[in-house]
Amino acid sequence: MDALYRDYILEHYKNPRNHGELEPHDLAFHDHNPLCGDELGVHVRVEDGKVAELRFHGQGCAISQAAASITSEELIGMPLDEVAKLDADWVIEQLGIEISPTRRKCALLMQKVMRGATTGDPSWPE
Amino acid sequence: MAVAERPLVDVATDFPVLAREFGGRRVAYLDSAATSQRPRQVVEAMDLFQRHSYAPIHRGVYELARESTDAFESARDRIAEFVGWEPACSIFTRNATEAINLVAFSWGRRNVGEGDEVLITEMEHHSNIVPWQVLCEETGATLRYLEVSEGFELSLDELDAVLGEGRVKLAAFAHVSNVLGTINPVAEIVRRVRAAGAVSLVDGSQGVPQLPVDLREIDADFYAWTGHKALGPTVGLLHGRRELLEAMPPFLTGGHMISRVEREQSTFRELPYKFEAGTSAATEAVGLAAAVEYLDELGMESVRAHERELTAYALERLPEVEGISLYGPVDPDRRGGVVPFSIDGMHPHDVAELCDRDAICVRAGHHCAQPLMRALGVGATARASFGVYNSRDEVDRLVDALGRAREVFGL
Repeated sequence: MDALYRDYILEHYKNPRNHGELEPHDLAFHDHNPLCGDELGVHVRVEDGKVAELRFHGQGCAISQAAASITSEELIGMPLDEVAKLDADWVIEQLGIEISPTRRKCALLMQKVMRGATTGDPSWPE
Repeated sequence: MAVAERPLVDVATDFPVLAREFGGRRVAYLDSAATSQRPRQVVEAMDLFQRHSYAPIHRGVYELARESTDAFESARDRIAEFVGWEPACSIFTRNATEAINLVAFSWGRRNVGEGDEVLITEMEHHSNIVPWQVLCEETGATLRYLEVSEGFELSLDELDAVLGEGRVKLAAFAHVSNVLGTINPVAEIVRRVRAAGAVSLVDGSQGVPQLPVDLREIDADFYAWTGHKALGPTVGLLHGRRELLEAMPPFLTGGHMISRVEREQSTFRELPYKFEAGTSAATEAVGLAAAVEYLDELGMESVRAHERELTAYALERLPEVEGISLYGPVDPDRRGGVVPFSIDGMHPHDVAELCDRDAICVRAGHHCAQPLMRALGVGATARASFGVYNSRDEVDRLVDALGRAREVFGL
């Protein structure tokens, strides 16, 4: 089996969870990876200060799409202030694969966008 | 057609990087449109200059400084001769981007104003888009784009129609597209632009490395290119028409470009020094002279024939990969050595990552041409591009690697 393109990564890439748009939504954010032009947007519905529903959309590689899909499942139900605090290590842990420096931003784009949606801060997660 | 003095098949051994292995496989470098590898002749020329002749250029009165100045100016002469232009009107810049910015700032700010138009094309590299966007924003001029046709070419009829409206002050376009490979009829475009009373700038970054280029024949007002795609180091060139360059104010100012500096104002030197503020990249200039010497020895007709042949072979073999889409003109006579492609069900990043497992270097992304990507309706593509050192065998390896990549993705 491939060390990077594991079955579950490809499965999430081909059948992403929580993919699409959400109307109406309370929070929205859209951003891109300037290196490759990949784009990712999120729509979030908030209830009691928590992520009640979430949908992501855009286009990207298997790593960025799988990262969005896998983390989306964890993010639903999470308080917004916790979402904002999630760092790069958390994302990579969720992915469960080694990420080379050249693919790091692919993996982190979803969390960048989620941080943007919840705090307005569009910086890359450290 | 001129015959190469050395068979091109032996050329790869001149490039030390190409002997590297990754995972036990010799590297197949298919990314020359981004930057080309450098032959040892270039590395050695730079090394010799630094070991033997290095000193300030155009400054010292001592023998060593005369030697370094000679090496630098001889390099300019050699490079200017290679493309057929006057050395005094051949300006060293940091890269092609800076050469284009020089024109946008120095010529553009004086000659473009509200109600004027700057005409570019959808197939431009960002370096030939953004300087014109900024110029138009600052001056109130309008930026217009010539479309890329379904055959991935420009339409001369559309060019005539836009020029006919009489507002274009400058037209800037690529000699060869860095994504599609399209070889534009630059001499013909220049002729039409001039007939319409406008100034032309050709981005020759992908032209000089792979085509015989005679600037007298193209006769553009400005022609910009860079050494690092032409087997040399990163140093740019701007070739310009003398009347225009003489009338233009300096771009960057400071040392070397002045004739006399008073407390309140200064006078500037003659061409080309007026546009070469500060200490020039002399070692890089010497390296680029060695690179064009190397290309001349191979013969640019042979270089072109080699890259045309490889491109034709790639266009023949790549369709064997299931789900592949190719972009760019189908006729290898009308395109340079670059083949962009995408594979259904796989993102270009993943394609490039999996090619890397076989030590094959291909580019993935927007290739610094986002407006073109949008016009093509894709977010990104993978891209294989060729240089003098590539072989048919490497095209075969690419085709095999793409087949294996599809298997990894369960396609």
